Amino acid sequence: MKKMLGRDVKKYLRLDKLPHIWCAGCGNGIVLRGVLEAIDTLELDKNKVVVVSGIGCSGRSAGYVDFNTLHTAHGRAIPFATGIKLARPELIVLVLTGDGDCAAIGGNHFIHAARRNIDITVIIFNNSIYGMTSGQYSPLTPHSAKATTAPYGNMEQSFDLCKLSINAGATYVARATTFHAMMIPELVVNAILNPGFSVVEVITACPTYYGRLNKMADPITMLEHQKNFAVSKKQALTSLPVELKGRFQIGEISHSEAPEYSREYQKLVNLVHRHKLLKEGNKNTRSFKSV
Amino acid sequence: MNSSEQYLFLQGNEACVEGALFAGLNFFAGYPITPSTEIAELLAKKLPLVGGKFIQMEDEIASIAAVLGASIAGAKAMTATSGPGFSLMQELIGFACIAEVPCVIVNVQRLGPSTGGPTTPAQGDVLQSRWGTHGDHHLIVLAPVFARGIYNMTIRAFNLAEQFRVPVILLLDEIIAHTREKVRISKPGEVAIVNRKKPSTSAESYLPYYADETLVPALADFGEGYRFHITGLLHDETGFPTNDSAKREKLLERLKNKIENYKKEIITFVTEDVEDANVLLFAYGATARSALRAKRDARNAGMKVGIMIPTVIWPFPEEELKVLSEKVNTIIVGEMNQGQLIREVERAVCGKTRVKGIFKVSGEPITPEEFSSAIEEVYK
Repeated sequence: MKKMLGRDVKKYLRLDKLPHIWCAGCGNGIVLRGVLEAIDTLELDKNKVVVVSGIGCSGRSAGYVDFNTLHTAHGRAIPFATGIKLARPELIVLVLTGDGDCAAIGGNHFIHAARRNIDITVIIFNNSIYGMTSGQYSPLTPHSAKATTAPYGNMEQSFDLCKLSINAGATYVARATTFHAMMIPELVVNAILNPGFSVVEVITACPTYYGRLNKMADPITMLEHQKNFAVSKKQALTSLPVELKGRFQIGEISHSEAPEYSREYQKLVNLVHRHKLLKEGNKNTRSFKSV
Repeated sequence: MNSSEQYLFLQGNEACVEGALFAGLNFFAGYPITPSTEIAELLAKKLPLVGGKFIQMEDEIASIAAVLGASIAGAKAMTATSGPGFSLMQELIGFACIAEVPCVIVNVQRLGPSTGGPTTPAQGDVLQSRWGTHGDHHLIVLAPVFARGIYNMTIRAFNLAEQFRVPVILLLDEIIAHTREKVRISKPGEVAIVNRKKPSTSAESYLPYYADETLVPALADFGEGYRFHITGLLHDETGFPTNDSAKREKLLERLKNKIENYKKEIITFVTEDVEDANVLLFAYGATARSALRAKRDARNAGMKVGIMIPTVIWPFPEEELKVLSEKVNTIIVGEMNQGQLIREVERAVCGKTRVKGIFKVSGEPITPEEFSSAIEEVYK
């Protein structure tokens, strides 16, 4: 395997758009770097890469990278990406989204794109909170954690987005954290190479709005939390459910094969086209005979 | 009749499909909803035959999102829906306005609000079609009357969308969508097909949202080598978000003027017997059919009645109506709602001409007799 880490990713950045808007201690830059290292490893043509994002802190990442970039409306990155991929299947389509953007307002689009297994790679910047609007709970905020709209602790259960993706039909599913930054490029490389709907959830730190409310105001504490609560596939398989409570599996979680939507559609186009030609051919033969 | 001419017996929804394919439609995303579903069903069958793509999305928000994505990637894209779905699409119609993404949205109106009367006709989305999304915005709304008009105006909807880089809404109603009529199919080349302006500059010097005197920018398609940024945020000529209030205002003014300055070119309407008329009927969509009949009956009875049928309702043909209104003493406006476009009529005539409304929300069409009674009342 090629060296993926420590690559110079400046050539993929719109340097004139920096500095970014993210807070000090935010993990989004680490996630973005991992994505760019993956793109560099694959030596993708910048003109053929499309980055679609939604609304939220993660959404702004589209503006910082030098590809065809589309900053859509809240929750709608995936259906926009679906239109792009289906209209131009030769493009490599990545969606950069957040936990609120993807799992709450965009949740229905997410599961249906997974069901279609359309060749889109979704990178979820999971910071467990709505950061852009300053700290409301999201569907990925852990139970009992505090948020501005959960001042007494979150009463709701959180999603396991990876399990959700697998059950909805995604054919590549992985998770990393910004502590395990070195895992990100490889997982994203595999996700892009997978001919189907791929999901890489990266747990990232929001010390400003999640950390401060949850006794982790220091970014280092948040990274330590990621380190301490992450479990490997092996650990996940050999532990009791009670031992896994509040923990999350990292690494490649699922990789399977299924027909990919845009390729299947192209097959349909070719098939009906052949039938049409055949039919027209028959018609012409008939009319020729009748003359 | 020229033997090479092709006539089809089509319902309005089918005529819309034929017009869209003639205009070069190659992408459709939609969600089933009465009374627009035939459009999706037919395109599911026909698009792959011409190498185009059809997708049934999980809802109407996803449908318009996929349409905009496809258009950004260079496709001629359309969706079709009805009231409830049209309401769901509103946010992204605003995205299409600000990001200048060409697309066609067919709204086959049914009785609302909410689920309302799914199979009953209405014209209750006339104001929503203009003002449905938040913020000041400008778009084009077409309102055909007959199946042949739907065919022609679907082609025009694509042409206008491509020329002005705006969402164009084709506002139908259940009656005209489901009425079968003879439609002459245009021959290839007979109707000009407009395609979006492409950039002529190099990728390095490319400013995606710079507009020349036409006020319409030349946007590249994704994947063509021009790497640029599209956002729903207020942006400058580079396409990137800006907090500069002067630049923000400049963008919003241009988005207004690119339509307003070309109103004369965009607006179309039909008039009949207006030269000597002292009563003017004003109606659109299915209601215009009843109004036409009432006008003919009134003329036969010796009453000087004329008609104006706006086939583009937004931008509203304000000046054209004003000129006509000066010649008549009464305008009778008929619409299958509780009085929507009549407000624009009243605004246009500035109180100088009497404006009388016939409104109906029973789910039944306004009949020619109802127009006739209104005419007789004026004549009394």
